[in-house]
Amino acid sequence: MPEIQNYTLNFGPQHPAAHGVLRLVLELDGEVVMRADPHIGLLHRATEKLAEHKIFLQAMPYMDRLDYVSMMCNEHAYVMAVEKLLGVEVPVRAQYIRVMFDEITRILNHLLWLGAHGLDIGAMTMFLYTFREREDLMDVYEAVSGARLHAAYYRPGGVYRDLPDTMPLYEVGKMTVHSEKDVAGMNSNRHGSVLDFIEDFTRRFPACVDEYETLLTDNRIWKQRTVGIGVVTPERALALGLTGPMIRGSGIEWDLRKTQPYEVYDKVDFDIPVGVNGDCYDRYLVRMEEMRESNRIIKQCVDWLRVNPGPVISENHKIAPPSRAGMKENMEELIHHFKLFTEGFHVPPGEAYAAVEHPKGEFGIYLISDGANKPYRMKIRAAGFAHMAAMDEMARGHMIADVVALMGTYDIVFGEIDR
Amino acid sequence: MNTKLERLTTNLKAALGDKIASLAEYVGEVTIVVKASDWLHVAHQLRDRPELGFEQLTDLCGVDYSEYGEGAWQGKRFAAVSHMLSISNNWRLRVRVFAEDDEFPMLDSVAEVWPIANWNERETFDLYGIIFSGHPDLRRILSDYGFIGHPFRKDFPLVGNVEMRYDPELRRVVYQPVSMENRVAIPRVIREEGYGA
Repeated sequence: MPEIQNYTLNFGPQHPAAHGVLRLVLELDGEVVMRADPHIGLLHRATEKLAEHKIFLQAMPYMDRLDYVSMMCNEHAYVMAVEKLLGVEVPVRAQYIRVMFDEITRILNHLLWLGAHGLDIGAMTMFLYTFREREDLMDVYEAVSGARLHAAYYRPGGVYRDLPDTMPLYEVGKMTVHSEKDVAGMNSNRHGSVLDFIEDFTRRFPACVDEYETLLTDNRIWKQRTVGIGVVTPERALALGLTGPMIRGSGIEWDLRKTQPYEVYDKVDFDIPVGVNGDCYDRYLVRMEEMRESNRIIKQCVDWLRVNPGPVISENHKIAPPSRAGMKENMEELIHHFKLFTEGFHVPPGEAYAAVEHPKGEFGIYLISDGANKPYRMKIRAAGFAHMAAMDEMARGHMIADVVALMGTYDIVFGEIDR
Repeated sequence: MNTKLERLTTNLKAALGDKIASLAEYVGEVTIVVKASDWLHVAHQLRDRPELGFEQLTDLCGVDYSEYGEGAWQGKRFAAVSHMLSISNNWRLRVRVFAEDDEFPMLDSVAEVWPIANWNERETFDLYGIIFSGHPDLRRILSDYGFIGHPFRKDFPLVGNVEMRYDPELRRVVYQPVSMENRVAIPRVIREEGYGA
């Protein structure tokens, strides 16, 4: 009988299922994975080092480029860390706007995850379905910040500006082949304010989630690919540092929005879905349910924001810029503006860690300041990094095709893992 | 919230006693400093004692203090800072451990206590050159294969030391000393207390 040796397979870094640039060295016995060694860092841009050389405000847009499918949640952790050190109050309206956009971001992220996870393990249609809804939310991003992806909307002390009164409309003949009648139909829910559009979205969205679930939840192939794959016990989930849907899928009810509430999460009503078996299928169910809960939170925020106008950024002009009108009439405001955008604000010496419940898990920013206008050290705690580290343990004993299912369930984005 | 922090500090003092070199509370966060020789022991205590209950290591990262406060730093240069979370007690803790030797920083690995520390320590080694003794697999993780130096140290230039280009004559990619210079648009300044107030 010939001697059978383990076979080493190099997966990626350019592979459609590698979700970006992951090089995975797999040691295989037949089709069974004996050891998985992820080589990360191919997208390493040294964000933390760059931030040490930028003033606090300039480091903020880098956050969008970490996890580039949940941009505003990254920004949130950063501005919370800066605000913690500065001790600045955030207006309540800004807090509601932040919570609303965190949840919009969560839906955006989960929609991409669902599409990509589906695509990875054979459900081609999902991607087309989920991108239909993502498009609407991207338009909301664009309406408030001017950018579809890298919003840079949150600022230390609040948000960049209040929600606009109009939604951008589709135009006939511009970048589109649609007829006038089609365009009128596409614009039918865009004639009100941004809040009207978001509210219309929250009304439509539960039916969309039902649609996704019809395709997948009881689908035999889907279940064959996910049930019993990548099982993590609650004890191991804690030891491996899993957070977010990964730990909730294993049955641990832990969500920073509930347990360590920040902003106004203690004033909105929502539930935390929890899995039982800790396999890919349970994590899928958890994330699907999270989208419905996010939708509920968005609805509540819209209702609150409609009736409570007010400032959206701190009045402290040492941290937040003064209004354009104020600058033109008031010498002091002009000086504030000039100092803020040249030298930047100084953060008192000290250190702080601020964490948010990011769509992927716990995303935290650890900031050390020595009193300068630039951070002394910034460390990004990315949820995906810990999940990726668990790859070896979770993939052992599974078939090679399950590795792809595992990567889908981690919801990997290399922007945040490699930083 | 404050009573909770008080309970945490009391429990820490009771459990660790003189192993705590210093304990500070700032913006609602508790930080303890632990001697390098006690670190592994303390890590076990922090996880295993139910009144502390830090089941999860959120993060472990390196810090290079050499330029802190524009040369005002007196202590040791390298530290590993860990953030941990207790899900059972719902509190967080930050532990700072300074490496004794600035030239050859070395600390005990806590990968046996929290498996996630494995990758975090690899990252800290890669970026700061802190050696973790007892680590099962201390390889570089984020920087390139064959990278020289530890890029997050304060004396490592932001633009790096080498750049890569394709050489048409050799018909391969070559490394050469970096040709661009580091421009500082906004200088780093620390103002005196009460500046601009």
